Amino acid sequence: MSETITRDIDRSQMQVSDEVAIEIRNMNKWYGTFHVLRDINLTVHRGERIVIAGPSGSGKSTLIRCINRLEEHQAGHIVVDGVELTSDIKNIDKVRSEVGMVFQHFNLFPHLTILENCTLAPIWVRKIPKKQAEETAMHFLSKVKIPEQADKYPGQLSGGQQQRVAIARSLCMRPRIMLFDEPTSALDPEMIKEVLDTMIELAEEGMTMLCVTHEMGFAQAVANRVIFMDQGQIVEQNNPHDFFNNPQSERTKLFLSQILGH
Amino acid sequence: MSEIHAHTVSFVRDSMLPPAPPPEKEAGVVKWMRANLFSGPVNTALTVIGVMIVWFLVSHFWDWFAHSVWHADSLGECRRIIAETWGEDARGACFGVIRERWNQYIFGFYPPHLYWRPTMAFGLMFVALTPMLFAESRQIRRVVLVVTAIVTLWAMVALNAPAGWLVFAAVVLIGGLALSEIRPSSLLVFSLLYPFLGVWWLWGGSLWGPIFVLVGPLLGWLAFRIIGRFSSILASIALIVVPVLFWIFLAGDAARDAENLLSLSITPVSSDRFGGFLLSITIGVAGIALSLPLGIILALARRSDMFLVKSLAVVFIEFIRGVPLISLLFVASLLLNYFLPPGVTFDIILRVIIMVTLFSAAYMAEVIRGGLAALPRGQYEAADALGLDYWKAQRLIVLPQALKISIPGIVSTFIGMFKDTTLVVFVGLYDPLKAMSDAVRANIAWKGIYWEPFIFVGAIFFIICFGMSRYSMYLERRLARDHR
Repeated sequence: MSETITRDIDRSQMQVSDEVAIEIRNMNKWYGTFHVLRDINLTVHRGERIVIAGPSGSGKSTLIRCINRLEEHQAGHIVVDGVELTSDIKNIDKVRSEVGMVFQHFNLFPHLTILENCTLAPIWVRKIPKKQAEETAMHFLSKVKIPEQADKYPGQLSGGQQQRVAIARSLCMRPRIMLFDEPTSALDPEMIKEVLDTMIELAEEGMTMLCVTHEMGFAQAVANRVIFMDQGQIVEQNNPHDFFNNPQSERTKLFLSQILGH
Repeated sequence: MSEIHAHTVSFVRDSMLPPAPPPEKEAGVVKWMRANLFSGPVNTALTVIGVMIVWFLVSHFWDWFAHSVWHADSLGECRRIIAETWGEDARGACFGVIRERWNQYIFGFYPPHLYWRPTMAFGLMFVALTPMLFAESRQIRRVVLVVTAIVTLWAMVALNAPAGWLVFAAVVLIGGLALSEIRPSSLLVFSLLYPFLGVWWLWGGSLWGPIFVLVGPLLGWLAFRIIGRFSSILASIALIVVPVLFWIFLAGDAARDAENLLSLSITPVSSDRFGGFLLSITIGVAGIALSLPLGIILALARRSDMFLVKSLAVVFIEFIRGVPLISLLFVASLLLNYFLPPGVTFDIILRVIIMVTLFSAAYMAEVIRGGLAALPRGQYEAADALGLDYWKAQRLIVLPQALKISIPGIVSTFIGMFKDTTLVVFVGLYDPLKAMSDAVRANIAWKGIYWEPFIFVGAIFFIICFGMSRYSMYLERRLARDHR
């Protein structure tokens, strides 16, 4: 299994409450005639850390992108923080400002400095005064351990640093839920650890997280639930211990044997 | 490699190598020439042919330039001077025409005692432009504004500007310089007012006209804010409809009444007195200033998800790009009058500006669309995911990057459009290249002079267009943030 998780996890803050953060009921999505997501049902409680795994093309990225409506679903319901996602622009913007997202390719704004990347949304969406937004940004940049890079541009940073900036940028909006879409897939092995460490810290503080990743070490160490998807469906979900040691479906067993086999 | 033996692959470095400087480059003229001009037989042959072509051109034209005459009152006198000085067969340029008629090439038929007005308008235009063009460099702004101030004031004195206006220009120029040092952003207020003042200075008449034109958008914005509390769609409609209604029904009378109450008039100059570079630059600057925002809106509309908006943009762009500019100018000069109610006329220069703007906006839209398409989808997604709405995402994330990518294309469009302003000759306006030269040749003294005016006008066009091109390169360098 992955060696990237080297430290002990502090679980004192990691508590799952009864409060529902995300509710997905009978959700279906098509790309044209291609049925990418089939009858997804998923309830996420506040404080949960969910890892979504599965082969490529199984719809796992599409699923979390539906949660902040980067992708539109055609049937069923998605309720985030009590707000149902419909085509109502106001609701979408409300949900998006409450849900942070970290992308595979970071998607930092290359024409803005690191600090400006982090303060842009707080200033323009939350209407926070510039000075206060900068203080918040520096706070989170310190948290991801790169406050000294604040005045550089994204192109001057390494991939791992950029991804940590992307995480800080999302955190500056003080989101209640964080979505991670393969945050380490585009990184060199040496940089994966620094990003995972940041994510673990976030989990330790009790953030509700949905994470699409192939880092099974992270899943075992941090997640309280692992979801396995294939062909647009949730095939299996369980706590990490049982998921990895006692998978039920044949498809899951095959997947695990392939990614953990060597 | 001597420490690695053929049969042992194991190797451990015991000390890391410190960085070493790169090897000294071979330098010198000979080295450069060998590498760039004579690297092989083909290159050598091309070099020789190139030198021969340059020699042929220079040797042909050199006499003509060297024998140029600046002090002469007619073409005949020029020829006599050339024949006397360099012999019967000598050829020579007669730049005396420029010396005698430069004012017509610059100002057209603008009343000579009012030449100072366009001059002042041109000079103060730089005060309006520098905070936008050189927003990030106080030093460049300082140089530009000091040079502008000196040249403008000198020219105004030379053109016998009235003392009051001279003081006004000096105050604006020096005030602009001071503001650019202390608070450059406050200069943008002047940039915003400049179009209205510039129109007033050029055409004269009552200042109340431009003031009430300016009041229209202010009323629209007020309506937008008030109605915006109830409905955002109605507010957007009001933002456009209120100013238009105000302009049509109220502005004219209001301006007349205000003028009667307090006269703020300067000598009016009608559009048919405009000509030469005054005309070209007026049309060019107005076209550039208007076509960029219109082009951006069209480009965004063409990429819109809304079917109607998208279709309208596509039809507009494809139609405008599909017809020659001259046909649009003919529409402006002839056909528009048929569509307007009888008795309503509006200024020919204004009509031409509108057509030129629409024309270059269509090209601009396609250039900017290219920039928008070049942005990775992730940028749009990141902006969406942070909760930025459409307009904020466009303004803060998408457009700054897309426009940066499009700078070369945008400036090419500007340059092309500025040169196309000479086409106004076809609707009876005095462009500097053809109509103005014809007007000069109409005088018996300068009958038959062709090359010299073309060279003069061409040189001025070149200076302006080359300036725009260099500015675009400066801008590209300044905005380079990739560091890759």
